[in-house]
Amino acid sequence: MSPVAAPSVMDAKGAARVQAAWRALGAVPDPELPALTLTDLGIVRSVNLRDDGTLEVGLSPTYTGCPATDHIAELARRALEDAGVGAFSVRPVLAPAWSSDWITVEGRRKLEEYGIVPPSPAASSARTWRGAAAGLIVPCPRCRSARTESISEFGSTPCKALHRCLDCLEPFERFKCI
Amino acid sequence: MNPSREAPALYRYVLRLGDLALVLGQRLSEWVGHAPALEEDLGLANTALDLVGQARLLLAYAGEIEGRGRGEDEIAFLRDQGQYLNPTLAEQPNGDFGETIVRQVLLDAFQLALYERLTSSRDARLAAVAAKAVKETRYHLRYSAGWLLRLGDGTEESHARAQRSLERLWPYTVELFEADALDRDMAEQGIAPSLEDVRSAWNRHIDEVLAEATLARPPDRPFTWFGKRGEHSEHLGYLLAEMQYTQRAYPGARW
Repeated sequence: MSPVAAPSVMDAKGAARVQAAWRALGAVPDPELPALTLTDLGIVRSVNLRDDGTLEVGLSPTYTGCPATDHIAELARRALEDAGVGAFSVRPVLAPAWSSDWITVEGRRKLEEYGIVPPSPAASSARTWRGAAAGLIVPCPRCRSARTESISEFGSTPCKALHRCLDCLEPFERFKCI
Repeated sequence: MNPSREAPALYRYVLRLGDLALVLGQRLSEWVGHAPALEEDLGLANTALDLVGQARLLLAYAGEIEGRGRGEDEIAFLRDQGQYLNPTLAEQPNGDFGETIVRQVLLDAFQLALYERLTSSRDARLAAVAAKAVKETRYHLRYSAGWLLRLGDGTEESHARAQRSLERLWPYTVELFEADALDRDMAEQGIAPSLEDVRSAWNRHIDEVLAEATLARPPDRPFTWFGKRGEHSEHLGYLLAEMQYTQRAYPGARW
């Protein structure tokens, strides 16, 4: 809240609509990772009130080929309608490209609870063709063992990689770092 | 700048990028349900998915540049092979798993070198797509290069087959770096990188991977095809026939 000039009636209304939109989007579960919401994943880039009174919502796709991208936009639209935020539009935002670094602290906690290892900082992802996981410890989300190995950089959805614990022998997933 | 001349050039350049992603993605998707192990099925399918995703962004952009109201689907499903501008290497058949991996290493390294440089393109839209795609492409190259190491530096049989595939596919790599008028035009405008720069970066990756995989780099030879000008090998037609069948048989079908 700004302590400066009192906002005009329109401004207060507009701010309330923007807040309502963020709240509504913050309650939409991701279709592939239902433990996390769209805001936990950091894919809601912006909610702006345009001069013509339209709320403009920007969504970043996680992967270009993620089949859930269209579905997510549809879920967002429905949530915004249900929340009654007034006229709005949802548009994809490509730049800057979404990064797994944008997953919130809360989102990372939920991922971990859900049994998926949260991503390391994207910068740790090697620039060359050599393995990203080299020298990086990916602890088992079940038994906490540090003795794990990578099975595949690709998992059940575009955003996850497959690992295996060498102590409890359970396979587990890890969020890819991009 | 003369927009009536510039627009079609940019359209064709974006098609070259988009068609490479689409055709390679379609090829890789042929492995779904057939790969040697479940993990490889997922790895190849995920790579295919990323590539088709990149193609969607690029072809949608091409449609906007063209300005005739064509969307990504019409551009993908209703063009004939002479209008496809992917390099010929992308359409080469999968062969065995090793041959698919060799083709993938060659093209992943190419896309990586290209996308890295396109992130600073003067064309903001291309720069945005490249910034997104480059992250995915690093994953692709790690996957394919990881397998090439295991095959090349594996058994006598896997080594011999990987080397054979490399010899067979190598001639097609010449085309990737052969700059024609369109490439030069795009580079001069600051839209595309110089293919010389792309080639140096590609060489670094490829020489490193091949050395570690104990494979010998074949000599460059003259080549016949020029897919990026629409002059393709016999394989593209079959690929498109399968990919485009539904739209051709039931125009406008949606699901």
